[in-house]
Amino acid sequence: MSDPVHATIQAEIDANPVVLFMKGTPVFPQCGFSARVVQILSHLQVPFKGVNVLEDPEIRDGIKSFSNWPTIPQLYVQGEFIGGCDIVMEMFQAGELAGLLEEKGVPHTAA
Amino acid sequence: MTQTTRTDRLHALLSAAFAPAQVVVQDDSARHAGHAGAAPGGETHYSVRVVSPAFAGLSRVARSRAAHEAVAAEFATGLHALALTLRTPDEAA
Repeated sequence: MSDPVHATIQAEIDANPVVLFMKGTPVFPQCGFSARVVQILSHLQVPFKGVNVLEDPEIRDGIKSFSNWPTIPQLYVQGEFIGGCDIVMEMFQAGELAGLLEEKGVPHTAA
Repeated sequence: MTQTTRTDRLHALLSAAFAPAQVVVQDDSARHAGHAGAAPGGETHYSVRVVSPAFAGLSRVARSRAAHEAVAAEFATGLHALALTLRTPDEAA
């Protein structure tokens, strides 16, 4: 990976089983879409690392090309891109998110 | 250039890309006014629903990427948020 920002992003994803690239922090989300994903992860009691893209314009831009995904939030589980708010919500509602966490060995409560 | 709204353009781009049974485009910009990414002229936040056989066999991520790609020109000109509901006709039935 030639882009140094991509290397930084990859390091975050490698170091944390669940990473949410978001606007604001898990305690104080600054965007409704980010807030919704935080709410779902919190509901499932999933430990996760929040990366506040508003604090770093390079990551804010870089995560879009890294994931080939134009919007934020973006959720990664064990290195795999899961999606943004719509997909996380659909998977949660279908009961698939808990299954995915189970499969990937991430601690969580039942949906 | 003729005066088109982003709603019209999203509708046209999605229709051209997916030959859909249904396309609904909703402009949510007013609900996000004043928030990061919102612009004074609006046209920043949208929700769309597309029902198309083209989504059959595609994962959620692949469906969304196809939709993002279809409307890339709009992201390049100030589209900030796009909530996607992408279904096959079977799923929508």
